[in-house]
Amino acid sequence: MNEIRFSSPEEQVKLDSVAADVLRNVRISKGFIIWMGFLLLALAACLFAYIIQLREGLGVTGLRDATSWGMYIANFVFFVATSLVGMLISAVLGLIGYSWVKPISRIAEIIAIAFAAVAGLVIISDMGRPDRFPFLFRFGRIQSPILWDVTVVTTYLVLSLLLWFFPLIPDLAISKNRLQGRPAFLAKIYEVLSLRWEHHESQYRILTQAMRILLILIIPTAFAIHTVTSWLFAVTPRTGWDSTIFGPYFLSGAFVSGTAAVIIAMYFFRVNYKLEKYLTPFHFEKMGRVLILVSIVYIYFNLNEFLVPGYKLKTGDAIHLRELFTGHYAMLFWSVQLAGLVIPVILLLIKQMRKPLPMLIIAIFVLAASWFKRYIIVVPGQGHPNLPIQNVPVEWVVYKPTLIETAITMASILLVLIIITVLSKLFPVIPIWEMAEDGHDKEKLPGNE
Amino acid sequence: MEKEKQEKSNEKPDLDKVVEASRRDFIRRLSIAGAVSVTGAAALYSGHSFEKAKHNKGMVKVLTEDNRLVEIPADQIKDLKPDVKALKARGKEGLQGKKWVMVIDLSRCRNARKCVEACQSAHHLRPYEYHINTLVMKESANTPEYFMPKPCQHCDNPPCVSVCPVDATYKRQDGIVLIDNERCIGCRFCMAACPYSARMFHWQEPSQAENDKEKTYDVELNVPQKKGTISKCLFSADRIREGLLPYCVSACPNGVFYFGDENEDAVTNGTTKETVMLSELLEKNAGYRLHVELGTNPRVYYLPPKNRLFEFERGPEKEYREETI
Repeated sequence: MNEIRFSSPEEQVKLDSVAADVLRNVRISKGFIIWMGFLLLALAACLFAYIIQLREGLGVTGLRDATSWGMYIANFVFFVATSLVGMLISAVLGLIGYSWVKPISRIAEIIAIAFAAVAGLVIISDMGRPDRFPFLFRFGRIQSPILWDVTVVTTYLVLSLLLWFFPLIPDLAISKNRLQGRPAFLAKIYEVLSLRWEHHESQYRILTQAMRILLILIIPTAFAIHTVTSWLFAVTPRTGWDSTIFGPYFLSGAFVSGTAAVIIAMYFFRVNYKLEKYLTPFHFEKMGRVLILVSIVYIYFNLNEFLVPGYKLKTGDAIHLRELFTGHYAMLFWSVQLAGLVIPVILLLIKQMRKPLPMLIIAIFVLAASWFKRYIIVVPGQGHPNLPIQNVPVEWVVYKPTLIETAITMASILLVLIIITVLSKLFPVIPIWEMAEDGHDKEKLPGNE
Repeated sequence: MEKEKQEKSNEKPDLDKVVEASRRDFIRRLSIAGAVSVTGAAALYSGHSFEKAKHNKGMVKVLTEDNRLVEIPADQIKDLKPDVKALKARGKEGLQGKKWVMVIDLSRCRNARKCVEACQSAHHLRPYEYHINTLVMKESANTPEYFMPKPCQHCDNPPCVSVCPVDATYKRQDGIVLIDNERCIGCRFCMAACPYSARMFHWQEPSQAENDKEKTYDVELNVPQKKGTISKCLFSADRIREGLLPYCVSACPNGVFYFGDENEDAVTNGTTKETVMLSELLEKNAGYRLHVELGTNPRVYYLPPKNRLFEFERGPEKEYREETI
């Protein structure tokens, strides 16, 4: 009745070899300490900037009455967007039955957790009165999209954590006795978190069922978080934001930045963690195709978003589009649209470009452009209100982010890196049991030609 | 002289209104004080102290908040200023039966900016922080420039109120949109949503923060102003409670502003103190509102700048400098 998985000798051998490969990286190495030390030091410096902001008020940023949402909100949108990839990889591709996502799914979940968790903090950095954050729960009004956002981002974070943790349980059980030479506390943590997993088939059945429920639940949640985030803008009557396609426009853009983030992480783990056997060129090839697909969908929504108002040229839209196409934001706009979207798609259509290293370079461009794309959506939408901005100091008219603001934004990026580092260094970054089960030989993977 | 007298007589109905309003207001205040005293008295309403008080000559009739007439010993009455809670409670409700409305006659505005100054001094704002701002407007290349004072439009369908996550900004039954600066979390969603750019944010410590430290926060005045929160035009809710016209309306030297009650169909000019019929004023002068296509239903009407009393003169460009943060 209670069969135990990985009981046969061949299975054991396989498991041993995968575990050895993956667990080689689970240790507190000198490199890890130096890297974490650097991250924490940089974070401390950036947090000092936040202390200044707390003391002096949001006036230390470039934000003023005309442009009252800037870099923080753009960064928030970027974070929420990038976190969606957890859902795309694990749920959408996983549920369809593409088993090649197995070695990537945990990386995607780690990215989802890191970005979703820090997104909440980013929003607090934008608040004039962060001390009143609890008011959202005490006095929250359900008709405000901010409430929806708080609700769904929290839900998404919890679901992502579970999606990361559940398949990790068997791995923790496998690994807990293989942690010789690591600090004792690590084995202790593994022992506790493995919840006395014994590899019974019945346990795996429950795990599979739980995963299936989570994977289904996370799809609407992920749709909700980015749609609601887009509504923070779309529910206002401002030119440039007042759009009915903002939901899908944001959502499709989210998959682009998330996919790029996963490709970068894959490359990093492949090279630094020596996981070439698991994160193969085949996986990069596949992810390259995913990136092409999501980028084309995003280009399609971009076309709608700019061509339709551009054809009619209503007064406000005309000013807005002129600013983007040929005006103050033209440089940024075209760099983002071309270098971050159109050219990557064209390049990726070439097979040679879907190799790991070219993919890494392309993905870096795409990810950076994704950040600036959010900036281009958030900032110019406020530059030309219905009524003119007059009788104010010059610096109130055009928004320019300050150093302090940039440092605080850097802090959020550092925090993401810290979370990713901790989760990927202290726990197996590739699902050991799933790989041991399926084999990681690419010949055996379905969908491979 | 003759004319002046006439104006005086025109003032009369207005004065009556003022007197009546202040009488009502007096009773309301009395009742607040009464309620507070009653609570205080109840604590001592036992045994010895009660007996003692009874023998004292002074018993006073007090109207409680729920309109009961009660008698309490005179020596137990304490003078209390309305506290923040009481101020907020009345600030939330507004003046019953009123629908405040403003009419701005653009043909009379010559950018004296007295409205702006009066407003800034009442609400403790810096010269570049506005509840009301006078803008230079020009619709298109061939149409003339004109000045347009722009307060909050106190929309009947206010986008700012819809998006507020914590009920810090709200619409009162007398038409005014207010902000509770002790509730506002500073997310600035309302600024993003307002199509009239009517809202301002305290990016730095408010200019008179030091002096205002001891003051009780009045939600109808937004004083003391608070760093990290939103502020905006309140239709001078504190002044109309006293039966007075808003700060900007009274300060205008050129008769630009009318203010009054839509339910009574009457608005009073802040300069001439002349009271006219709202509907007639709007009809005769082709009154309009800003951006009605957005469905916001503003409570501020404009009369077009035709037959202007003054030549359009831009005047010297004033440079605004931000105080160092």
